[in-house]
Amino acid sequence: MSINRRQISRRTILAGAAALGLTGTLAACGGSDDKDSGESSGPVKLTYWSWAPNMEKVAAIWNKKNPDITVTVSKQASGGEIVSKLITAKKAGNAPDLIQVEYQSLPTLVSNDVLADITKYAGDTKSQFAEGLWGMVTLGTDALYAIPQDAGPLMFYYREDLFKKHGLTVPKTWTEFAETARAAKKAVPDAYLTTFSANDPGLFAGLSQQAGGKWWTVDPSGKWTVGIDDAATKQVAEFWGGLVQEGVIDNQPMYTPAWNNALNKGTHLAWVSAVWAPGVLVSSAPDTKGKWRMAPLPQWKSGENVTGSWGGSSTGVSTDSKHAEAAAKFATWLNTDPEALAALVKEVAIYPAATKGQSGDVLTTPEFFSNQADFYTTAGEIAATTAAAAWGPNVNTAYTTFQDAFGKASKAKKETQFDSALATMQSKTFGDMKKQGFEVTEA
Amino acid sequence: MTSAPLKGSVLTEAGPLADGTGTAQSVRPSRPRRRGRSAPYWFLVPTLTLFAAFTVVPIGYAIWLSLHKVRVKGIGLGKGAREQVWNGLGNYTDVLKDSEFGHSILRAFGYGLIVIPTMLGLALLFALMLDTPKARSAPFARLMIFLPYAVPGIIAALMWGFLYLPDVSPFYYLLDKFGLPQPDLFDGGNLYLSFANIAVWGGTGFNMIVIYTALRAIPPDIYEAARIDGATDLGIALKIKIPIVMPSLVLTFFFSVIATLQVFTEPMALKPLTNGLPSSWSPLMAIYDKAFLQSDIYGASATAVVLALATFVLSFTLLRISDRYTREDRA
Repeated sequence: MSINRRQISRRTILAGAAALGLTGTLAACGGSDDKDSGESSGPVKLTYWSWAPNMEKVAAIWNKKNPDITVTVSKQASGGEIVSKLITAKKAGNAPDLIQVEYQSLPTLVSNDVLADITKYAGDTKSQFAEGLWGMVTLGTDALYAIPQDAGPLMFYYREDLFKKHGLTVPKTWTEFAETARAAKKAVPDAYLTTFSANDPGLFAGLSQQAGGKWWTVDPSGKWTVGIDDAATKQVAEFWGGLVQEGVIDNQPMYTPAWNNALNKGTHLAWVSAVWAPGVLVSSAPDTKGKWRMAPLPQWKSGENVTGSWGGSSTGVSTDSKHAEAAAKFATWLNTDPEALAALVKEVAIYPAATKGQSGDVLTTPEFFSNQADFYTTAGEIAATTAAAAWGPNVNTAYTTFQDAFGKASKAKKETQFDSALATMQSKTFGDMKKQGFEVTEA
Repeated sequence: MTSAPLKGSVLTEAGPLADGTGTAQSVRPSRPRRRGRSAPYWFLVPTLTLFAAFTVVPIGYAIWLSLHKVRVKGIGLGKGAREQVWNGLGNYTDVLKDSEFGHSILRAFGYGLIVIPTMLGLALLFALMLDTPKARSAPFARLMIFLPYAVPGIIAALMWGFLYLPDVSPFYYLLDKFGLPQPDLFDGGNLYLSFANIAVWGGTGFNMIVIYTALRAIPPDIYEAARIDGATDLGIALKIKIPIVMPSLVLTFFFSVIATLQVFTEPMALKPLTNGLPSSWSPLMAIYDKAFLQSDIYGASATAVVLALATFVLSFTLLRISDRYTREDRA
């Protein structure tokens, strides 16, 4: 064999090995036994996985007051990645003690036995939270898997100045919303009221919740029902699909440089978003300070008063933690103690889930909305009308399918494709659960 | 293998990436001395240990994972709701039946059909131009062509992504000013061109250096002889330089084919900017999606094994073809 040949083929093999190296990274886990979690005496060190900025500053307050329980915050990615990472860490037997979990990820993590039942340590905090939020952290069972941290009730944000200038009315119902979208397009041909973003399944889920959609339900006999293409969600998908097809709502994704530009230049006149929107607008549309106003989300039936939520997270204790009681104590303090809530609002810029955190003088009007002094009073009233969400154990599959299927549909700008995208979401989510072995039916 | 020694010697001289071992092996006395026969094996131990720990074992574990799956019981909540069970070749049949994965491979090939000829063609052209005696400020030009390769892929992708977005791109501003049509670079076929452009921009310099180094290693007396025979610069380039650097071209071609199958950074970085990019656009994205978004490491392992095997078979086949071709060429 020639040197030439040997060299090339060796490189090929190396490259092949490099390709296989990818599988190597997948292989970073091993079996584990569950350690008995429970009390222990003496100084305790806890690790807290969180993606929220400045969370370590809030933990520092705790550490100063509780020298026997030290909490160290470790910064993580949010979304689907932290979920995969936690499942892997659990398999390796080294999941952190405390975890920040988005509400929609709770069933997935419970299903993978990552989250411990902390009812006996923190069950008495129930009275501090709205019923809808509590339902999400118990999954409708007797167990308690996390303590709610922040909420993201949906609202309608609009450019007060531009609405006035073009004589647009603030929509109270979705029918009026469609009218406003048409009127806006007529008044400013190169602008849109807002966009339908196929990159943000969380917003679509929230809008479906408002309409009464129940994507996953579990009945007492121990069976899941997947109802993503139920009548309520269908109504939402067709509504937005219709407006995109009509050309009065933009079809570009949110959180892109182009979207920032549209908000900043005023070619998007409104944004359906959650209570945390001011924080986004500060960086995405810095030139529009003081020009926005917030109103309740348009309703499906006039006179109704209900909203969905987009985002929000909770604090859970992992089954790997050897100090579950101490961890639950910290989680309770973090999300219910007035001092902690004040710090969360100030440093982490969240909207607290605890009812008392939403009403007190902890929340000061966001500077960006200085023209709306009662911002948080209104927000509190809206938050109280949040519909309960129904999450299942494979939200990630549903979300990825949403992005792919609705991405195609919004690109095509065809209402019928929005309909079939929803059907795809339903069948893929149902099929995935069935394949994994869940007891499951379709609605 | 009749022509093997000749070819080998050419590459050893010309191959810029020859890592020394090949050359050294052919020079070094090949028989170990009688004393200490076991010595070579001791020398091999560190390499073999590391190879086993970081290559063989992970690959073995991935294959083992790919033969299993998780089965959920009942509503699947709480302790003991999931167990890992044997799945035989189930994950593999799923991969082969998965039309999404098939499409991702086709997309990668479509992308490769644009990238590889363009990139290698430009690299060869630049290398030949830099190698002509008339080339001015060649070191500077070489550096400039190579520079994009030094830009990390993710940064290059984001930078180009901004340039592709109509609302923030200076190019679109100019197109608008002059009333020219403004293509949607994230749409359908244009998407391939947009990605290919990033890859060509980033990869040409590296391949150019590989070919150029091979060109510099050609002894100048060959050119003198050719000139005496009346060959022009173009004639020398086509009839002498290109055939001699053929092994380097083959090498860069292999690298490019493998890089094509592994395209990941560009589509991943540009995905949030557009509706037009499915989460399994390229094979590696499909694997990433399975492993890190769907938390299905079993299916992801099977997909990764299939992709690795496909890469291996493809490389091996191409190698055989090119080998036969060069041999016939010399006969």
